[in-house]
Amino acid sequence: MFELSFIWAGIIAFAVLAYVVLDGFDLGVGILFPFFAEQGDRNVMTNSVAPVWDGNETWLVLGGGGLMAVFPLAYATVLPALYVPIILMLLGLIFRGVAFEFRFRTKRWRPVWDWGFAIGSTTAAFMQGIALGALVQGIEIADRKYAGGWWDWLTPFSIVTGVAVVVGYSLLGATWLNLKTTGELQARARRISMIAGVGTLALIGAVSLWTPFLEPIYFERWFQWPTAFFSAFVPLLLAVCAFGLWHGLTTDKHLQPFLSALGLFVLSFAGLGISFYPYIVPGALTIAEAAAPDASLSFLLIGAAVLVPIILAYTGYAYWVFRGKVDPNEGYH
Amino acid sequence: MSFGQSAELLARIQFAFTVSFHFIFPAFSIGLASYLAVLNGLWLWKRDATFLKLFDYWKTVFAITFGMGVVSGIVMSYQFGTNWAAFSDKTGPVIGPLMGYEVLTAFFLEAGFLGIALFGRKRVGNGLHMFAVAMVAVGTLISATWILAANSWMQTPAGYAINDQGQFIPVDWWAIIFNPSFPYRLVHTVLAAFLTTAFAVGAVGAFHLLRDNSNRAARVMFSMAMWMAAIVTPIQIFVGDQHGLNTLEHQPAKIAAMEGHYETHVGAPLILFGIPDDAAGETKYALEIPKLGSLILGHSFDAEIKGLKAFPPDERPPAFIPFWTFRIMVGLGVLMLVVGMWSLWARFRKTLYSATWLHRAALLMGPSGFVAVLAGWYTTEVGRQPYTVYGLLRTSDSLSNIDAEAIGASLVAFILVYFVVFGAGVFYILRHVAMTPEAEDGLLHEGPTRAAGITPIQQLEAEGNPNV
Repeated sequence: MFELSFIWAGIIAFAVLAYVVLDGFDLGVGILFPFFAEQGDRNVMTNSVAPVWDGNETWLVLGGGGLMAVFPLAYATVLPALYVPIILMLLGLIFRGVAFEFRFRTKRWRPVWDWGFAIGSTTAAFMQGIALGALVQGIEIADRKYAGGWWDWLTPFSIVTGVAVVVGYSLLGATWLNLKTTGELQARARRISMIAGVGTLALIGAVSLWTPFLEPIYFERWFQWPTAFFSAFVPLLLAVCAFGLWHGLTTDKHLQPFLSALGLFVLSFAGLGISFYPYIVPGALTIAEAAAPDASLSFLLIGAAVLVPIILAYTGYAYWVFRGKVDPNEGYH
Repeated sequence: MSFGQSAELLARIQFAFTVSFHFIFPAFSIGLASYLAVLNGLWLWKRDATFLKLFDYWKTVFAITFGMGVVSGIVMSYQFGTNWAAFSDKTGPVIGPLMGYEVLTAFFLEAGFLGIALFGRKRVGNGLHMFAVAMVAVGTLISATWILAANSWMQTPAGYAINDQGQFIPVDWWAIIFNPSFPYRLVHTVLAAFLTTAFAVGAVGAFHLLRDNSNRAARVMFSMAMWMAAIVTPIQIFVGDQHGLNTLEHQPAKIAAMEGHYETHVGAPLILFGIPDDAAGETKYALEIPKLGSLILGHSFDAEIKGLKAFPPDERPPAFIPFWTFRIMVGLGVLMLVVGMWSLWARFRKTLYSATWLHRAALLMGPSGFVAVLAGWYTTEVGRQPYTVYGLLRTSDSLSNIDAEAIGASLVAFILVYFVVFGAGVFYILRHVAMTPEAEDGLLHEGPTRAAGITPIQQLEAEGNPNV
């Protein structure tokens, strides 16, 4: 069971999860931009993520680059299948990424970059959700190539997963703002957290009920022993996180709602993992089939084993340096 | 939106377009990151406020450039999969881990410490801040190392085997990374990044010296940039020559295209200018110097230099682009050398800060590094056609199974977004560097301004600052 390809599936899954929760709150802050019209609020919002967003986004590069290195066949079939959502996600990320600097470089055009930040963040989140949905519903592969059309990704299911990710990211963003800000801004973030929390749970429920009926394999996974044990356990833990979120928001806790929201994401991700295994592209490509030869896997694994802990350490340090509430008067701009 | 073109051509145009932007930003940020580390180090060492001022001044430019480099880079890391899926499937086991190491050793390092370098001086203190600035600089260099190892492997593949699925399989990682063209390409490219930055910084310094040659910060940056230009340009020309000889050994068809030679010559002439015509199989209107081509490439008047016709037609690169981009790069290199030597002369004459014509020349040369970097890149990339992995995997066999319409539409989207977004970024950079960096100490303004420039130098030297 502990083959190199299996270890690598775990590492890639970790990178994707790290990306989702970390850039999730950055993108969530962007998605929520239109709800905060005040210029000072918006400055605090961008400054709360400015020192860390680039590191957060790097997990996406690790997910993509790592996939090419260790599961080249998955990389070469999934990306053409998700051509349109991937391109739109990249364009959204461009607007989001440059807005951090550009909005401080101009007064007259600041509204443009603010909208770019909001629309770019929302587009990126929506497309990531659509990509996830398209992957879950399956991708047609023949002769080591993607064999479907370039609109196959667009289905009612993928649109629902797209909306789910947007709402989920706004929950992460709102609870992050609850953690990092004070006063009226924080109060509003808390109210939004409540709404987004309800929305996120409802959408997790909808997607969870829908998924088992897409493919027989998901149905078996979810309702047959022994995996049914996990699929019963996940909703239970989700309920715990939901309670933690509600409790934290109603009793004016700052960190607890954010951690609870992270918990919701981790659990949903674990649920997906249970459903996918041993496939990397559901129904079409197993982890072992997609894997690069052991010479590639072991070479990069040595580096990952040494470097990922170091990366986590200095990333943690960077978060530690910028801990606490954002001072509206600070920032180098 | 396929414009009647093939998916292959559209995908190639898209790659060329996106990588051109992506190459410009890192070329600048590699040099700027090191420059910032030097400025910060000098400030900590000398406690001269001018260095801190310059650090903050260029920090803003770096932040904008780096941001654009990041977002244009993410596009690259996914484009291999969207447009070049067959290439990714076949080469992923070899170049994928190299790019994986780039992410693990470089991208995280840069991103992790960037926040502290930009925003954290007060929070962590000078020592840790210096460490963070240095880590960002080191990260950019490590990044260049891995990505050039991957690129060089595609040019001069080594250390691989091919399995029954047609995938390249790593056999010897040392041979893969240190493939024959890698050391030359790495040194040539990193020096190019340093020169690009030197001429950009030098142009900004020159611009402000032309306005007010007593401005201390402008003097310091101009002087530092000109030292760099004078020292690094000759080294770069030497390295470039060595790189060319390496290419002659491993990719002779590329050299033939660069030189515009269709026939194989003993004692080949150097074609200065002309119009290579692949269809006619000759370089028209050629202006030649007899035997010099053989002397430069073969280091002998009678060395044999292969022409394009020595290779089968379906293994020849198109000649026009490599021929001309190579001349643009070399021409700019010569001009850089002229400016570098001119600055040494001015320095020797103690007119570095008053030599108006030198300042004008340096201002004009501001974009030269960017143009030269792109020209060199086109030379080497077009020159290795029709292959993605040289001699082994054809560009036409590398493509995704995707409609030309999809690639055409995304190409249009990228062009629109890149021009709007990166156009704005370049505008903000230019507007920022048009602002005069103020000299903190203000001492110089008591001296004669806009005078011959000799007095202020002596004042600066009297302050014990050897770096001006």
